[in-house]
Amino acid sequence: MSGKIVIETKELTKSYDGVTVVDRLNLHIREKEIFGLLGPNGAGKTTTILMLLGLTEPASGNAWVFGYDPTREPLKVKRLAGYLPEKVGFYENLTARENLTFIAELNGISYTEANRKIDELLEMVGIGDVANLAVGKFSRGMKQRLGIADVLIKSPKVAFFDEPTSGLDPEGINQILDIIANLPEMGATVVISSHQLYQVQRVCQSIGILSKGKTVIEGSLDQLGREALAEGNYKIEVEIARSNPNLIDIVKKVPGVRKVETQGNLLLVNADSDLRAEIAKVVVQSDTSLIQMKIKEFSLDDIYMKYFQEDIKLTEE
Amino acid sequence: MATIFRKEMADYFTSIRIVILFLLVFGASAAGLFASFQGIRAVGADTGFVFLKLFTTSGGAIPSLTTFIALFVPIIGIALGFDAINSERSSGTLSRILSQPIYRDNVINAKFLAGIATLFIMIFATLLIVSGYGLRMIGVPPNSEEIIRIFLYLILTVIYGAFWMGLAILFSVLFRKIATSLLSSIGLWLFFGFFWVSLIVPAIAKTTEASLLLQRISPHTLFGEATTVLLLPIWRGAGLLTAGEEIQYMLLNPLSLGQSMLIVWPHIIGLIGITALCFAASYVLFMRQEIRAT
Repeated sequence: MSGKIVIETKELTKSYDGVTVVDRLNLHIREKEIFGLLGPNGAGKTTTILMLLGLTEPASGNAWVFGYDPTREPLKVKRLAGYLPEKVGFYENLTARENLTFIAELNGISYTEANRKIDELLEMVGIGDVANLAVGKFSRGMKQRLGIADVLIKSPKVAFFDEPTSGLDPEGINQILDIIANLPEMGATVVISSHQLYQVQRVCQSIGILSKGKTVIEGSLDQLGREALAEGNYKIEVEIARSNPNLIDIVKKVPGVRKVETQGNLLLVNADSDLRAEIAKVVVQSDTSLIQMKIKEFSLDDIYMKYFQEDIKLTEE
Repeated sequence: MATIFRKEMADYFTSIRIVILFLLVFGASAAGLFASFQGIRAVGADTGFVFLKLFTTSGGAIPSLTTFIALFVPIIGIALGFDAINSERSSGTLSRILSQPIYRDNVINAKFLAGIATLFIMIFATLLIVSGYGLRMIGVPPNSEEIIRIFLYLILTVIYGAFWMGLAILFSVLFRKIATSLLSSIGLWLFFGFFWVSLIVPAIAKTTEASLLLQRISPHTLFGEATTVLLLPIWRGAGLLTAGEEIQYMLLNPLSLGQSMLIVWPHIIGLIGITALCFAASYVLFMRQEIRAT
């Protein structure tokens, strides 16, 4: 990943009543990427976000958001950052438009500018037709969309979404994630906290997994997958028309191939890099019909389970 | 802060709660007017200050306007403040507002100011309506001293209301549940308004002086005494100026405005003091509180 690091924490720690909820956390989030902050319930995800926003003071350690320390200069951070709380609330007696106007005013956006933006954003999140309806009549999904519009009205450089998909139906989840996935194009860095792995996997480029307040792992998604499951290797699946016992030896001779196994008509190849072209060549040369080849992708679930199993093992020992 | 102030004012004036309170207050002023209509002829005009009598005369079973106001102002204050912070917290708007680029104290300052402005408007409107109708009814215009006294009474009443609002806001910061903060505010009001003066103080105080001292712990008593001194210039009740036997040698002529002010000055300062105390406590607590939605 390119892009400079815009959010960084160093040994960030927070405890409530003697219980450490965030424990010496180190995170690095790059500009215009979507970062997934993952972990089971109670792992300290929300607390981390609150500390990054300056809404909660850390017990020790530091954080920087676009070069500002949220504890010392909370207003500067809040001017750049948008935050969608997990349990987002609006003034129920006001309309969607009035709620957004209020937030725009608090951010010092002029009236005409705010109006233009509100129309645009409500349209974008798909609730333009109910702009003048009191929020009290909104469904959970509509409120969540309004929440996203609410975050975007200040044109944030970084947007924090705390469990943005909780309590939504599958279609709603997809639509919300689509909106979030487009935000980097608008110039925003996005941090999503979630325990819904599949959803986050769809939109995130990088993740940090938290458990009991500690970072278990952090990095970009594809790199993590290889490290976690293939010891840093590429796993290539080769499907052929008929099994050919000689083929194993032939493929093994390709430079960079580490291990080859067969599974019926499948060849499972472990390689240092993406060697599909080279493998295809030797397979065809050996007079075997090649049906398809693909690089195995790792799902976040695999990563998650792998690290949590290790975590469990460690605690058992 | 102006933005939050404006929004809070708009909230107050569009809520059903305030409509009901306005109706209550106007009903009370109507009843007060009716009371003085019945009683004012009997009081006579011997002491001057006829216009002030409009506010303090009771008619038979109906208590005077000031009694009504003393009863309703705490309720208005509590109604304006009891859910100021905890409703925002429970509906999840607090964390959203505080993540905007504003200082945290702006939120509570704006709420307090908006509450005081609303109180002022309500009480001012009530007094104007009563004065207007009273003028029509008795046909005696107020003299300048009466106008000043009524104005001072307005300020005093707003401060008294602000105290109960401050207390209610303090409870709304302290307690997460709206019902708890409402009930605690009303409980304290009942305690000081009724039980303290009429049950507890007589039970523990041995002398008249001790009893007066204890009674004045209650903001209700402070407000009651200050009201009487301001609106009944002739009254110089027991213990306020003199105690014991000398009272029978006093001439029954009204006190000048300056003398009345001298008597109630400690009362007003006391009320301002406890109001400031309540507000300061809620301010400090609010600034230190964790802002977590859940």
